[in-house]
Amino acid sequence: MKSWTKRMTPIVGLVTVGALVTACGAGGRPSGGGDAAAVSAPETGITETSVTIGATFPLTGVAAPGYSEIPTGTQAYFDYVNAAGGVHGRQIDYIVRDDGYNPTTTSQVTNEFVFKDGVFAMLSALGTPTHRAVVDFLNGEKVPDLLVASGSRQWGDDPEAKPYTFGWQPDYEIEGKIIGQWVAENMPDAKVGLFLQDDDLGEDSERGLRPYIEDQIVEVQRYTSGNTDVAPQITALEAAGADLVLGFNVPSYTALSQLAAMKLNYDPQWFYANIGSDPALIGSLLSNFSKGAVAATNPLDGALTTEYMPGVDATDNAWVKLWQKVWDEHGEAGELTNYRIFGMSAAYTFVQALQAAGENPTREGIVDALEKMGGAAANPSLAPYRYSVDSHLGISGMRIVEINDGASDPLTPVLVTDLGDSPIEEDGSAADDGPPASGIPESAG
Amino acid sequence: MQQLLTTSLAGLTLGMVYAAFALALVLIWRSTRIVNFAQAPMAMITTYIALLIVDAGIPYWIGFVAALLSGLVLGAIIERVFIRPVEGKPEMNAIILTLGLFVVINAVAAIVFGSHYRSFPVPFGLRGFEVGDVTVALTGFDVFSICSVVVVMMLLLALFRYTDVGLKMRASAFNQEVSRMLGVKVTGMLTLGWALAAVVGSLSGLLIAGGDLVYPSYMDSVVVYGFVAAVLGGLDSPVGAVIGGLLLGLGLSVVSGYVGSELVPLAALSILIVVLLVRPSGLFSHATARRV
Amino acid sequence: MSRISSDSLKARLLRTPLRRNILGALIGLVIVIAVLESVGPFRQGQFATMAYLGIAVGGLTVLTGLNGQLSLGHGAFMAVGAYTTALIVHDAPKLLPLPVVMLLSMLATVVVGAVVGLAAARLHGPYIAGATLALAVAVPGIASFFGDTFGGEQGLSVAQPTVPAWFADAVYFLTAHDVSSSKYLAYLGWFGLIVTFVLLGNLSASRMGRTWRAVRDDAVAAEIAGINVGRARVTAFVVSAACAGLAGSVMVMVVRLAAPSGFTLTLSLSLLTAVVLGGLGSLVGALIGAALLTFLPQTITGLGLSVGLSDLQSAQLAPFAYGLTLVLVILLAPAGLVGTIRDAWHRRRSPDAPAIHHELHPKQETMQ
Repeated sequence: MKSWTKRMTPIVGLVTVGALVTACGAGGRPSGGGDAAAVSAPETGITETSVTIGATFPLTGVAAPGYSEIPTGTQAYFDYVNAAGGVHGRQIDYIVRDDGYNPTTTSQVTNEFVFKDGVFAMLSALGTPTHRAVVDFLNGEKVPDLLVASGSRQWGDDPEAKPYTFGWQPDYEIEGKIIGQWVAENMPDAKVGLFLQDDDLGEDSERGLRPYIEDQIVEVQRYTSGNTDVAPQITALEAAGADLVLGFNVPSYTALSQLAAMKLNYDPQWFYANIGSDPALIGSLLSNFSKGAVAATNPLDGALTTEYMPGVDATDNAWVKLWQKVWDEHGEAGELTNYRIFGMSAAYTFVQALQAAGENPTREGIVDALEKMGGAAANPSLAPYRYSVDSHLGISGMRIVEINDGASDPLTPVLVTDLGDSPIEEDGSAADDGPPASGIPESAG
Repeated sequence: MQQLLTTSLAGLTLGMVYAAFALALVLIWRSTRIVNFAQAPMAMITTYIALLIVDAGIPYWIGFVAALLSGLVLGAIIERVFIRPVEGKPEMNAIILTLGLFVVINAVAAIVFGSHYRSFPVPFGLRGFEVGDVTVALTGFDVFSICSVVVVMMLLLALFRYTDVGLKMRASAFNQEVSRMLGVKVTGMLTLGWALAAVVGSLSGLLIAGGDLVYPSYMDSVVVYGFVAAVLGGLDSPVGAVIGGLLLGLGLSVVSGYVGSELVPLAALSILIVVLLVRPSGLFSHATARRV
Repeated sequence: MSRISSDSLKARLLRTPLRRNILGALIGLVIVIAVLESVGPFRQGQFATMAYLGIAVGGLTVLTGLNGQLSLGHGAFMAVGAYTTALIVHDAPKLLPLPVVMLLSMLATVVVGAVVGLAAARLHGPYIAGATLALAVAVPGIASFFGDTFGGEQGLSVAQPTVPAWFADAVYFLTAHDVSSSKYLAYLGWFGLIVTFVLLGNLSASRMGRTWRAVRDDAVAAEIAGINVGRARVTAFVVSAACAGLAGSVMVMVVRLAAPSGFTLTLSLSLLTAVVLGGLGSLVGALIGAALLTFLPQTITGLGLSVGLSDLQSAQLAPFAYGLTLVLVILLAPAGLVGTIRDAWHRRRSPDAPAIHHELHPKQETMQ
């Protein structure tokens, strides 16, 4: 055997030289892409001709089905805006990175967005555990963290602690409140079973529900995302005699719970939270199963859900017409779906805020713009935003609908509320607005 | 009572699915002494082939047969191209190789088929049988699954016990040199083992997919539980694979229904550890030479 | 300086493995300081990631390469270390200095590793693989189930550590640069890595390391020679788990969150990938493997985007490349990158000698 020294000497020498070169080569420049960019441009991520923003989504792994369509919608809408000249003459440069729904990866790619790409802001980063890993970091670096794609209340309930973070969709807690009140008023004798995803989705919505229907709840069952066998959970709900099942789950589990119930011949009234109730998606999934064997009605017919945005089934809605037009002109392969509408609506809101931030937007400026915009702006959802200096929570409410033939029939007007004890009120102010003719928010904001 | 019955039946059908997958692992183990972690994505690919055929409006059973046949071809190709070079090398090489294939095939499928949910139709109804007032939570497809797993198990038993080919396969796996001297075409036997195992694997993929959602990683949980089932049974025995699958399916279903679905993987680990501590080579393994 | 005295100095410095390793560690330390002081915060974050992956991969290298036991569940040990750190830091952020927290996390993992190791020592081959595979998926489930303690699916968040004043002063004294939180973490990770590797290198060269290799090469012969095979396997498992625990502790501070979705089977498998890429049994290889895990996905995804693939397809390219590399390394260079390069080196230096045949169990190699 050769002596250790003889073998190691060249290696050590090589490494040392390499390290010296690295050290000298990079030594003259101040660290951090952000600082370098700040010299030549008015604000990080902004040049005379472009605005760079970033987003993290699960594009691989078990969370990818469905969610990975959202950024394609966002991209299509930005392409539409860019084709019309952009915002204040700037093209929107939208970078999407995969985090596989793994907080470790979210943390790494968000570092890359902030330190390497020098993005102006983050837009619609998806997921509660994933985004929790980076929310303090983004606020520490003063990066606007806009319209987080998760219904957890933590993105907006404490603007002092997280001044740069904004929620977007109605949080699960107000959805729980609105559903709870409706059930208590309209189905006071129902024995309620809860079918909950075992994370903030289930927890926050249960917190909203309980005050209204505490004594109606006969059983609570939780499933773990990734465990696709929900028969034991549905069986327990049936055994407890639940005749109204409130499901706070993601879409795939709507399909799985329906399949399990079919197997048991268990036929309660179903009420799915908005996140799990995409009627077009679930309907097509479930009716596909029945090829030849079962009558081809939509198995979700008669189920209840909530709605805070018009979906693909509302083909007459002015917003949906805009989304269809945008998708036909700029979308990639595939149909317009509710996931893509979700992505486009968030993109619309971002453009709205960027317009309002003025000719020379700054990070502070877009935060101020969103806070000032508040509920006044025309927006693609049915209820106004709650944005203010005191709250960074997003859309304030929804309406309860019944699914018939894969489309939704409203049972209530739009109901809006806020966290905690704040009352539930009717507010149709945002339900009937439409997009401007150009399909791009006016700069007056 | 109804809840216990239904939970057990759910566990039974789930266990049969694990059993089908475990049978494929056992077949490969017996014919090549390799644990094939790529079994799941191979089955996923053939299931997608069936789905493409069915979605094109062609009858279910044609898709079903096409999936099994493509499994046969895929198994043979993978053995010839990838497995052949590591046969007879330390077992870790083969394990890592099949893990690599696992990742590659999953990624390719996501690129080719896209990663969105698709529903996989079933040839029988999706509703449970009703006997009087009691619902027996078994669908027609569940019954079909159970029967086909039992039939496959019988066929494998017969193959290894009563046929010449089965004997040659076992001999080739056990000692290539001696088998070759006895005139067995060893390489052919190894390829055959992989091909047949891939057919069984494809069957398990079809059984899991039927009446369920399909996406590129839909078999991932089966990798873990199917493998645990095979190890429980002893990796060597078709009967052991089925019993292991049933034991695991029942146990996991009861834990999920009465304790909490988060603890299902822990339950699997506990069952496995308890069994292996009592019998380090699984429930139904034959006494083998002590390897320390 | 005369030739003779320089040679004797060299000889004195390198006389024992311990001295050699410490010298290597000092050189490593200089390189680490030079590199970390010259890169921006994004690269510092990546180097911190590489450090914790390197620690875990180094530990797994000992288990798999030196002792011949396969673990598909080392992510679970990282989870134990990570959650221990998260719990301590979450409940009492300023109570204990970080190195103490890291040591406690290692200790917790040692306990778990000993239990698992005792069970694993009775098993062989695919049975160990099965048990560790089940372990990898079971541990995150425990964190979800006991949500009140472990924060459930949302996980426990960990604040970025504050840089101790003495440390900032020391670094400023040496380099005239200030220390940000991310740079501090990178330093912490690399100090941990260097200490770990020195200890692992010494263990490997010690009596214990020879015992481990003897058990790997032929367990029956080892037993006949009077080696307690069971104990050798358990000690290897414990040492390797301790490394994973330390890695998890650093990881949770870098990621700022301990959540079940961070400890999937993919993590365990990627650790194994790194071990194989580097070449089983070599600590230098472990470091190379960790570097590839850290830097490759970003490069490959960028490559995919630049040739016009969609975001979604590019994202799939990274796992595709990993899997393919695993397959190709096993088929074409089963000694791993380090082993293959070393073989080529040997062949070039003595062209007449037959090529050294490497299996995944390199028989004579010691770790360095």
